Amino acid sequence: MRTPNQSAFHKGTATMQIKPILSALRKHRLATLLIALEVALACAVLCNACFLIASRMEAMNIHSGVDEAALAQITLDCDDCNANDVNARVLSGLGKLPSVQSVSVINAVPFGNHAGTAGITLDAAGQHSGGVVDFYVAGPGSFEALGLQVVAGSAPAQGDFQAVENFLPADASVWVTRALAGHLWPDESPLGKEFWMGKYHFRVAGVLAHFARPGGGEGGPSTREWSVFVPALPGKQLTNNYLLRADPAHLQQVLRDARAAIASIVPEAVLDQQASRTIGELRDSYFQADRAMAGILVGVIVALLLVTALGIVGLASFWVAQRRKQIGIRRAIGATRGDILRYFQTENFLIVTFGIALGMLLAYVINAVLMKFYELPHLPLYYLPMGALALWVLGQLAVLGPALRAAAVPPVVATRSV
Amino acid sequence: MFGYYLDLALRSLKRNKVLTVLMVLAIAVGIGASMTTLTVMHILSGDPLPGRSAHLFYAQLNPDIARPHAKEPAYVMDYHSAMDLWGAHRADRQALIVNSAIKVVAPESAVPPLQLDMLSTTTDFFPMFGVPFHYGSGWSADDDAQHARVVVISDDLNNKLFGGANSVGRTLRLGRSDLHIVGVLKPWRPAPLFYEAWGNYTRPQDVMTPLTSGLEINDGHFMQFTCWDMPSTPGHLQNAPCEWVGLWVQLDDAAKVSAYKQFLGDYAAQQKSLGRFTSGVTRLRSLMQWLDYLGVVPDDVRLQNWLAFAFLAICLFNTIGLLLAKFLRRSGEIGVRRALGASRAAIFAQCLVEAGLLGLLGGIGGWLLTMAGLWLVRRQPTDYADLIRLDLPMFLATFAVAIATSVLAGVLPAWRACRVAPALQLKAL
Repeated sequence: MRTPNQSAFHKGTATMQIKPILSALRKHRLATLLIALEVALACAVLCNACFLIASRMEAMNIHSGVDEAALAQITLDCDDCNANDVNARVLSGLGKLPSVQSVSVINAVPFGNHAGTAGITLDAAGQHSGGVVDFYVAGPGSFEALGLQVVAGSAPAQGDFQAVENFLPADASVWVTRALAGHLWPDESPLGKEFWMGKYHFRVAGVLAHFARPGGGEGGPSTREWSVFVPALPGKQLTNNYLLRADPAHLQQVLRDARAAIASIVPEAVLDQQASRTIGELRDSYFQADRAMAGILVGVIVALLLVTALGIVGLASFWVAQRRKQIGIRRAIGATRGDILRYFQTENFLIVTFGIALGMLLAYVINAVLMKFYELPHLPLYYLPMGALALWVLGQLAVLGPALRAAAVPPVVATRSV
Repeated sequence: MFGYYLDLALRSLKRNKVLTVLMVLAIAVGIGASMTTLTVMHILSGDPLPGRSAHLFYAQLNPDIARPHAKEPAYVMDYHSAMDLWGAHRADRQALIVNSAIKVVAPESAVPPLQLDMLSTTTDFFPMFGVPFHYGSGWSADDDAQHARVVVISDDLNNKLFGGANSVGRTLRLGRSDLHIVGVLKPWRPAPLFYEAWGNYTRPQDVMTPLTSGLEINDGHFMQFTCWDMPSTPGHLQNAPCEWVGLWVQLDDAAKVSAYKQFLGDYAAQQKSLGRFTSGVTRLRSLMQWLDYLGVVPDDVRLQNWLAFAFLAICLFNTIGLLLAKFLRRSGEIGVRRALGASRAAIFAQCLVEAGLLGLLGGIGGWLLTMAGLWLVRRQPTDYADLIRLDLPMFLATFAVAIATSVLAGVLPAWRACRVAPALQLKAL
């Protein structure tokens, strides 16, 4: 399709058209203003809705840092059980199931429930806060099972796994994520650095490429990977939550078998049905609300564009009907069908452009209001030309039908009275 | 006259069916979207205890010594403060709120053990919040004092374990303790679950026990809301530096409210002077103020509401434009009517009747779309999905909003139409 701005600005005859169009529009100020306002609102909502969708999608694409496709979690509620006995029975019982690659004990998994959220400090006295992080307290085998990638230091060795005292080992070597290390020690090597949580003392033994905390961080997206991996020995304080690793192709079957087997392995425990799922399923349900919201936003955008197009079609049809006689006269004194078509296309382009100009301002106002109420960054500038382009295309498509009908008006109309 | 205008409006709408359908559709879509989100907002921001909420207050203070300059007190309080305030009996009624998870088995039933949330509270909880009983009743103040092994269960749990029969007098095993069922609730679903500091729309707990008994039978399994230092024995929080107990009070008149505020402030000041607190900040919020402070209505729902109204505004502009086109196209007809003696006011009224009729048609479409929208909302995996339905006020509001917006949209086009000069139009005929 020939775009109207080409015809308007690059052809000698077309430049002549702008003036009469403007004076015609001046006679229909009210209707022009209405369409322009509608386009402006549509442009503003479109830009912001697209931006919201994009930020949701970005949150959903988070890299958890673990081999999600190969992992599942088994969670028990077993308050009065002998933890060491239960751990031993579960580890050996589930380990015997066909296709299971490994079973280990861990306090939480990405997209599962929070288990160890606490504030840390960079000094023993607790004066210099390091922020609120999530501690993954995990038994032997879990590091390999998760598939964590070490970028500095080495993987945990057997001696790093220590007994848990209440919540964490009292003095432990830990692995932090690159994101957390960058936050705590921006310009230094994190290896060997120390931090504290109350009386618990930690020393960084390695840095992980990625490892998302179980749920969203309190401080927003930038804290999403503030995780600490703490090697620990299973026991009274580290029990009831198990990490299963299997070939991704057999994971569903392994999970079904494991869920069924728990009843005979630990008859005294209750299986947590909600939590005992694959990491993939946990991830899906974690982002369910975001997905639903993105779906609603897409629906709104479609309906919005549709209604705007309807408005343009309606008003353009009215104008075409109103100007049948003038169109006939123009045809009779030599205007081609193309000229008439371009007239209506150019007219629409001008109105939509006016609307877009208003809409860009409005988009920024709406964004500012949203930023006040929600955790949202500034609307990136490139959304504006994209929104403008979408509305120009929409306007041209909507006006095409009425404009073609106008172009089809025969010159003979000029000679008839209405 | 109205009947005549209605007749004219119907004829006019029939004359250009495509334009009519376009307009009705635009109004219907706009109304459908905005009424769907408005209904969700209306339900989520509603009063969970109409008639009672004005007399219910939530007491807050700040036991967290690590936050001496906090502007807002903690969401819940430590055990020590909660027991002090409760023990003073300065309110008409008062209830402590503590939560924990526990394994539940009915020895007589074949249902496998369930892991459920247990609410541990005090005797006033039931009359204070108007909790309806199907069988039996709540426990007494004596039961509280004597650590009685009694339990009240939800209608849901009664159906699950006892097939809905009267289970009062039967035994329920919580953890390792056997408790006597004294009451079975009727279905009770306050939304939001106002008495908890979570600020969400989950269902009330299925088992409720006296606080004194609950602390014993589930010892070691209490979760803190937050702690300012590590508890020495996790799960046993009575002496821990942790916030985990909520306190609700019922105060029947304004004098009692200000007296209680004073009492709360004095208590915090006294604790501060004793060195147990570092902050004297307190709040006594009414139920609705508390919900507002918690911000219970989810952000996404508010966002959808904004979106829907922006959308309705676009539909409104659209309708104005189309009505303008429609009315001015009939300039000839209007000219004839004016020439035959119709006043400007009559033309104006006629145009508005037509706009209103469009609004009514759009309202019917909007109502159907709202029902469809709410059906979609109910299918979402949210805590509040089961609460969402179109009640009578919102049903009426759907039509009121539809007609009001379309009449509003009709004002400008109608004003233009009634200013049509009859002579010019007649000449053109």
